[in-house]
Amino acid sequence: MPTLDPAFTALPLAALADAALSRAAALGASHADVRVERIRSRDVVVRDRGLAGMHDGEDLGIAVRVVHDGTWGFAASTETDPATAAALAEQAVAVARVSRPLRQDPVLLADEPVYRDVSWVSSYATNPFDVDLADTVALLLDRTGRLLSHPRVDHATGTLQQVQENTFYADLAGTTVTQQRVRVAPELQALGVDAEAGTFETMRSLAAPAGRGYEYVTGADGVHDWDTEVAEMGDLLAEKLRAPGLEPGSYDLVVDPTNLWLTIHESVGHATELDRALGYEADYAGTSFATPDQLGRLRYGSAHMSVIGDRTTEHGLATVGWDDEGVAAQRWDIVSAGRLVGYQLDRSSALLLPASGRSNGCAYAESPTRFAIQRMANVSLQPAADGPTTQDLIADVDDGLYVVGDKSWSIDMQRYNFQFTAQRFFRIRHGRLAGQVKDAAYQGRTPEFWGSLAAVGGPQTYWLGGTFTCGKAQPGQGAPVSHGSPASLFRGVNVLSTAREGGR
Amino acid sequence: MRIPPASDALVERALAESGTTGCVAIVEDRHLANLRWADNTLTTNGRVHERTLTVVALDGEGHDASAGAVTRTVRSLDEVADLVHAAEDVARRCGPEESARDLPPGESTTDFSEPAPESGIEVFAGLTGDLGGLLDDARADRMALYGYAEHTLTTTYLGTSAGTRHRHVQPSGFLSMTAKGPGGSASTWTGRSTLDFADVDLNEVDVDLRRKLAWSRRRVDVSPGRYPAILPPTAVADLTVYAYWEMGGLAAHEGRTVFADPRGGTLVGRQVLDPRLTLRSDPHDPRRPCSDVVATAASNPLLSVFDNGLTAPAVTWVDQGRLAALVQTRYSAGLTGLPVTPGVDNLLLDVDGATGGLDDLVARTDRGLLLTSLWYIREVDPQQMLLTGLTRDGVFVVEDGEVVGAATNFRFNESPVGCLSRVEDAGATVPTFGREWVEYFPRTAMPPLRVADFHFSTVSDAQ
Repeated sequence: MPTLDPAFTALPLAALADAALSRAAALGASHADVRVERIRSRDVVVRDRGLAGMHDGEDLGIAVRVVHDGTWGFAASTETDPATAAALAEQAVAVARVSRPLRQDPVLLADEPVYRDVSWVSSYATNPFDVDLADTVALLLDRTGRLLSHPRVDHATGTLQQVQENTFYADLAGTTVTQQRVRVAPELQALGVDAEAGTFETMRSLAAPAGRGYEYVTGADGVHDWDTEVAEMGDLLAEKLRAPGLEPGSYDLVVDPTNLWLTIHESVGHATELDRALGYEADYAGTSFATPDQLGRLRYGSAHMSVIGDRTTEHGLATVGWDDEGVAAQRWDIVSAGRLVGYQLDRSSALLLPASGRSNGCAYAESPTRFAIQRMANVSLQPAADGPTTQDLIADVDDGLYVVGDKSWSIDMQRYNFQFTAQRFFRIRHGRLAGQVKDAAYQGRTPEFWGSLAAVGGPQTYWLGGTFTCGKAQPGQGAPVSHGSPASLFRGVNVLSTAREGGR
Repeated sequence: MRIPPASDALVERALAESGTTGCVAIVEDRHLANLRWADNTLTTNGRVHERTLTVVALDGEGHDASAGAVTRTVRSLDEVADLVHAAEDVARRCGPEESARDLPPGESTTDFSEPAPESGIEVFAGLTGDLGGLLDDARADRMALYGYAEHTLTTTYLGTSAGTRHRHVQPSGFLSMTAKGPGGSASTWTGRSTLDFADVDLNEVDVDLRRKLAWSRRRVDVSPGRYPAILPPTAVADLTVYAYWEMGGLAAHEGRTVFADPRGGTLVGRQVLDPRLTLRSDPHDPRRPCSDVVATAASNPLLSVFDNGLTAPAVTWVDQGRLAALVQTRYSAGLTGLPVTPGVDNLLLDVDGATGGLDDLVARTDRGLLLTSLWYIREVDPQQMLLTGLTRDGVFVVEDGEVVGAATNFRFNESPVGCLSRVEDAGATVPTFGREWVEYFPRTAMPPLRVADFHFSTVSDAQ
């Protein structure tokens, strides 16, 4: 079992928290919380047969958040001595005072039990920061070298992003939490240029970013079969280069979880964030068609659609022990048999939802210098207990597409109109795969798309996708999040030809 | 209270501790103040100070050199040696980097030892009073305002073992404001780019938003299709900045962008945009100045750590429609056989003969759709630089030189290269920011444009 990094726990965490909290209390704050956070990061990029770039980062800082006269105030710094912590409490109160003329209703926070001196560490075997950088570079170069040995691969890139996030949270109520999370994002991409045809295409690996250790990067844990994928990517790219275009129209889609995770993220995950639904993001990330007045009534999709939010899934990128407001990790229903039944909440939004008295633990700040706001839980489409295999789903389609791997994505500010492409679209004819087509994009309107969900696969098709860089808030904050999904069948989805969309 | 070490001292200490062939040290000192509001009330805010030290240890000579780049938040001079040794350890382990070169020789500027100026929440002190009044008025009129004001002051100290000592102070700021009519009946937006908020007129913002909400009261049915589109400067910025990011010399050389010649090489020297258009960057442009020296903590296809200290002067990227230069490192310039033209952090688009503002462009339009802003822009097909995205916060129908009502929003599928080749009319270039990319690229000056046959692909019900 991994343990807390002693270099983090050796910091004067309690002294910093005491300095800030006592000053905030003395200045009349009704709530104050302190986050001391250290984020280690490493990015390695290889291109073809050489190193293209690397960067190591280590950010340490302290954030103080207060509610003063019913108004939020926030201050943060990368200086981390007790005197700075106390000064930050003063600054946060000053920010609250300057902001007071702008606020209407006072900030209220949902109650949460006090957790004293608790800790949590994510699940992994080998911390990637314990691995020699030379080994990482060699591993990536070996993979790009193998990709380049295929005659249709002109260039290959390999990347690894790795993060270790340590957080110490303390608040005036008495909660103190120390946590450590490790995550990795390994990726390969092959480029093929067809000079005769004047075209080029890319093919990317399907391994998802995950809350796992270096064993996932090497493949030693058996989760992702890197050798097979590296061996197949060249042929898949060659097939894509010579694939025919697609006649736009209505098609049945079998969407693989390697693609559907992102559609879930955009059309369900973001749409069921309560702060968005209430309009907090109206100027930036956007709002939601799934407004709270429709809770329990809105028909989100077909009866096959059940979606769960959680911060508890092992290896999930949004998984924690406690959130950045000291709320314990939970699991809850968001869509049940097609009906909207829940939202993602933080402590200030929880009291704005009728019949909700408690946050479900979705507060997160990307770094020690950012305000914790409601961020996405792991939001996952549930498989059917005795559901079909991917092959069974394909066999049920006469004329359609099998959609694998995410690529481009875009959705409107109210989460209605979306358009997604894929790493590969395979034609399905009479229940069988009939080779790749290219230049396709599927486009829909969220409730109609999920209403066309005709079947979800069984647990054997379930797969956890995810991203390091979900974006929200101003100033912008990234957040890591995972989404599980079975393979799923949608009937009669609008498919565009991107070649025609571009006027070719 | 402990006095933090001076930023120039951190740089000098790092260079003094270096035991490898070369060394780059960069301090970035950043003050950020922000206010955010929604539904006429404050939501979040903050005052932040961040300071990081990056050390890039260069090990070996010329093309065989390796680079270890490590960035940390540092609090004392005593922590610097450990950071330098960490970077050197990384450099020894990772092997030669493809863009390796000897560091460019550099000079010392006289202001290098000056401290970083600070910015605090006080920058909004004048604004908050006015803003409070604006929110009160909106509430009284059953409107709802949502928005954000941000000011940053970033001071960068760059020192290299090749002699560069360079300090740059970069102010940056913007105001973004969304207004919704009674019951959320319509939504519109406006933005202001600023360096210090002294020039932000909230009354003008209010007038702008209320005018667009008034336009939204009359609905006009418009089916998806290709129509003349009047793009305000913010929308032109979002499309043009994306095109700039795709102008990498290395990517074109590899054949992976629209600026690659499918038969090999790049399209430099060829006509790619309307011949009235000139796209350039100028670090000394008085409207939105930026640094003229390369300072980067990590290599990527557009930047090399080995180029730290290199001068980045003004560049004309597209000269009267002809692709004139690509964003180069010395490495990619060598591969492409083109001049070394590093990327510059501002972007300016000028159109020959352009006159007037957005309203004049509307007045000169017989039929067309006036956009408010673009959003959720993503690349669908790099071969044609086909982007998808949404019109956001209002599409207005123009007939005989006047706005006659509002259509729905739409998803678009369009290429910036295509749009900038189908320009029918243009207004004067003004400082602006792209609503989508302001976080990554805030300094632009763009004209409003009317573009023929803009592809409004499908309807978006969002409002």
